[in-house]
Amino acid sequence: MSLRIVVAEDSLLMRDGLVNLLTRFGHRVVAEAADADELLEVVRDDVPDLIVTDVRMPPGRADDGLRAAVTLRSTHRGLPVLVLSQYVEQSYAARLLDSDGGHAVGYLLKDRIGAVTDFVAAAEKVATGGTVVDPEVIRQMLQRRHDPLSRISAREREVLALMAEGRSNAAVARALTVTEAAVNKHVSNIFTKLDLPVAPDDHRRVLAVLTYLRA
Amino acid sequence: MLPRTAWQAMAQKPLSFVTSPWPWRALLYLASGVALGAATLAVIAVLATTGTMLLVVGVGAVVLCATVFSGIYVARFERWRLRLVDLDPAPDPHQSPAAPGLRGWFQTRLHEPVTWRELGYTAVSMIALWWLDAGVLLFALGAPVLTAMSPLDDPSAWPWVIVAVALVPSAPYTITAWAGCRAALTRAILAPRDNELGDQLTEITRSRARLVDAFELERGRIERDLHDGAQQRLVTLSMTLGMARLDLEPGSAVDRQLELAQEQVSLTLGELRDLIRGVHPQVLVDSGLTAAVEDIATRFAIPVEVDLQLPVRLPRDVELAGYFLITEALANIAKHSRATQAAIRGRLLTDLFVLEVRDNGVGGADSSASTGLTGLADRVAVLNGRLRVSSPPGGPTLLHVEIPCRFA
Repeated sequence: MSLRIVVAEDSLLMRDGLVNLLTRFGHRVVAEAADADELLEVVRDDVPDLIVTDVRMPPGRADDGLRAAVTLRSTHRGLPVLVLSQYVEQSYAARLLDSDGGHAVGYLLKDRIGAVTDFVAAAEKVATGGTVVDPEVIRQMLQRRHDPLSRISAREREVLALMAEGRSNAAVARALTVTEAAVNKHVSNIFTKLDLPVAPDDHRRVLAVLTYLRA
Repeated sequence: MLPRTAWQAMAQKPLSFVTSPWPWRALLYLASGVALGAATLAVIAVLATTGTMLLVVGVGAVVLCATVFSGIYVARFERWRLRLVDLDPAPDPHQSPAAPGLRGWFQTRLHEPVTWRELGYTAVSMIALWWLDAGVLLFALGAPVLTAMSPLDDPSAWPWVIVAVALVPSAPYTITAWAGCRAALTRAILAPRDNELGDQLTEITRSRARLVDAFELERGRIERDLHDGAQQRLVTLSMTLGMARLDLEPGSAVDRQLELAQEQVSLTLGELRDLIRGVHPQVLVDSGLTAAVEDIATRFAIPVEVDLQLPVRLPRDVELAGYFLITEALANIAKHSRATQAAIRGRLLTDLFVLEVRDNGVGGADSSASTGLTGLADRVAVLNGRLRVSSPPGGPTLLHVEIPCRFA
């Protein structure tokens, strides 16, 4: 498989390195861009199989590269883009994954380029519609999601624990020596924090308890 | 506490007051007041008379003008003299002329309210105050002397000597009391008012803000240099090493060496990334406070609930201050609080950014002892905001920050 690739990177040293690397693995770099505007222009004339771009580029020296990538994916549906970055911050990756369903995108730390074979494999995977996200970023995203109970206060946790024992709100109120109204409020807070909207097919009380028992 | 004014001196024990220099200073103050008042009256009377007489020639107007502005010089001397009975300085409220030359001087002085206060003070001083000074001195010093002398005329009036002796200790009090009264009046009229100090205060705030700006600029420059320089070179180095390994037998001695080298480069890149994030968080610049704070929160050891509702991007300096406040607060929580949960809540109330950082730790955070908290307070103060901490021993700790936002 020989891909037609556009490389956008403002550092000449890096760009040359990337071009050499991709060529060495049998791909063709059809155009190079030194800034985000150039990237948009180059792709307008000739749509490649894959775009490899830096997040941070001129003219803004901010996230111009990332924004150009997102723009291109909104005008050319399914255009594969591999974004290289020095930032682990998940918000950059999230913006990319949100574009066009998250297919055929990659977000990798520049560190990964050193493992050349893996890097080229990742690029090829993106070009064929796959999704590649840097392990470091994934680790962070998982950390954020890993405990849904982390948002629940200590008091709400007590209420949830008693709910898990199968007690009614009145019984919970007695056990914690609070009013039943207070328990009702705690329970509705728990539902909100566990993202359990009112749905006819689900019993929210059971779902909340299940979440508690799984954690 | 050492007395700083004549009045404060009077509050001491009688013996230490009477033997202190303060009665003498008060005496000198009143005596010089009499001299100054008499001299002022004489000079102004001469100026006003000559001015009025010469008015027909035209030169008189200049002389009368000088009479009006004489208050400035009398007041300058009064402020200087004030130090006899009041050790706290009374700064000159006059501003330096807006334009050079005599014209600029007149224009500035004419528009300053203090010029007219000084003229009024001079008039009152000339008409009433120095006579009162003289009266007090005459009464306080003259009365005992006259009373003591009465037996000279009539020897049977000898008990008056006792009265005279009794009057002597009261003299320092009478003199000092009036001197203090006069000093208070002088300070009230001639010292700068708050709005006259205003310009100086604004200037100070501005220069602090400039310092912070310069600091942020420098952080940005360092970050850029590291990002465009060291980081790119290290990545390229790693790439070159990776390419070199393609030509080698996998697992050979040289390949192992190159792999180790690559690992070192990778570690360095990781450290460099953390360093750069601490210096200048790019995600803050690109995506705003909410995204940046959520990113910090995910990296934090204990669960942090982030609830920032900001309908618009905050002004840059407020964003930066908010970000560093939160990072510093979280660092404090990690270091000292032994908390198991933390929460960050931020709202924009019209043009006030209200930020709260709370934890369920052991409390006892002391803003006077912690340099971290003081640094944060400084950052907030530069933006005319305020920072309050509630951290009773046993916890919990709440950091409440309000920063006014000026949207351009």
